[in-house]
Amino acid sequence: MRKHEQSTRRRFLSLAGSATVVGSIQLVCLRAADATPATLASSIRNVVGPAPVRTGKISLEVPPLVENGNTVPMTVSVTSPMTSDDYVKSIHVFNEKNPQPNVANFYLSPQAGRAQVSTRIRLADSQKIVAIARLSDGSFWSTSVDVVVTLAACTDEVI
Amino acid sequence: MRTVGGIVIAALLISASVVLATEIPLPERRSGFSFMGSATQAMQNDDTSNPGMLWVLDGETLWNSKAGAASKACADCHNDARSSMKGVAAHYPAFDNSLGRPVNLEQRINRCRTTHQQATPLAYESKELLALTAFVARQSVGMPVMTEADPRLGPFVDKGRELYMQRQGQLNLGCTNCHDDNWDKRLAGSPITQGHPTGYPLYRLEWQSLGSLQRRLRACITGIRAQPYIYGAPELVELELYLMSRARGMPIETPGVRP
Amino acid sequence: MPSALINVPARAKRGDVIEIKTLMSHIMETGYRHTASGENVPRDILTSFSCRYNGVEIFRADLFPAIAANPFISFYTVASQSGKFEFEWIGDKGFSETASASITVE
Repeated sequence: MRKHEQSTRRRFLSLAGSATVVGSIQLVCLRAADATPATLASSIRNVVGPAPVRTGKISLEVPPLVENGNTVPMTVSVTSPMTSDDYVKSIHVFNEKNPQPNVANFYLSPQAGRAQVSTRIRLADSQKIVAIARLSDGSFWSTSVDVVVTLAACTDEVI
Repeated sequence: MRTVGGIVIAALLISASVVLATEIPLPERRSGFSFMGSATQAMQNDDTSNPGMLWVLDGETLWNSKAGAASKACADCHNDARSSMKGVAAHYPAFDNSLGRPVNLEQRINRCRTTHQQATPLAYESKELLALTAFVARQSVGMPVMTEADPRLGPFVDKGRELYMQRQGQLNLGCTNCHDDNWDKRLAGSPITQGHPTGYPLYRLEWQSLGSLQRRLRACITGIRAQPYIYGAPELVELELYLMSRARGMPIETPGVRP
Repeated sequence: MPSALINVPARAKRGDVIEIKTLMSHIMETGYRHTASGENVPRDILTSFSCRYNGVEIFRADLFPAIAANPFISFYTVASQSGKFEFEWIGDKGFSETASASITVE
């Protein structure tokens, strides 16, 4: 088995004669993840353009060991006074190994009070997540975390 | 003579081990909640971010909606679920007089639908049935499980225990081999819990949806490479019954969140 | 049955920074899964979420398949005046849902 397939998120077994419930679809394995570090870099460039990206000010909080890659709590926060002269305009989150490099973009206003957003994301494999903040002065700040994703022990049946 | 003696001793040992296999002592009982990471625990504890609550809310709407040829809502007979359904889920599966055997909460809801609302039963694992079951079970949150209190359930609890102990499937495993003998160890990176169903129906991250205990049992049985029983099968109800009696005294957590 | 769970404090003092939590029921089908016969399961996700405070947009998000099912999004705002928060979710297949919550700011 190729290394890629071993790292795909989930394998659905197609069970002959398995009882199906109204509306369910029998699903099989994902294809290998398509994103690469190069795709990640170019997605970041699309947002940032030629501007330099500095490290600092922004932090990503993700559990270092994830119990299930389907639902990973993530909080991104930026140190900022959040005044009308100095605030966080947007936060962009990227991943390294999902089929697609974008995770989400968040757009804030100076009235946000605190530049902090929480959500739940999907991670196909153990990988790096990158978050980039754009400030009102046009500067970009980034941070990244490495996350280990474990797979469920037993494959679930198809309902 | 020696081989016969050997077989007799072996048979005695096997039956003795079945008889002696004790449940986890009360002070050592731990909910699946305690095996999870803090982020997942926080997800369960916060009603405003627990995804299972979406189904509980839907269930509340269904509780108040008229259904079937009789055009009756659950609320028309049962009024406010907060009082009428309080403690109910903590006593399920329960003995059904007309059937003469135990039924689980989902089956009880469907029997009400067909008998009193003259409506079609809801399909197992349908959004509606999950929502109603979650809403009803939610009214018992925090209350201790008291399922086996009814003595008529005795023979069915025993059947459930037998099903729990028996080895089955290509991997030749019984539930007890993992959940009594090896809990708190790990199976391919995931912690093995004690298998107490105190949070059902629960939001399983693997499913990205709320699901019933029967769905989880079928998944486990598939996992040991045995043929799972069909939804609503008496074996699944007996297993549910045994598992709930094994969890007696533990608080209901519906809707739980589990990896 | 789409349903949203919104958590906004009912009252706040002027100038308080308050947290707004939202949970929306949605499958977030990634578009990367296949059926047993090899057919692709088409993408069906929420693509955008926004919040208006008394008509002014205070928060917006672009969502991608990497957002988990039943999306949970929480963010902050300064409680400046009494009024209404209006939330909107937009997604594939013409999905559009709104919800609202009131706040009293003293």
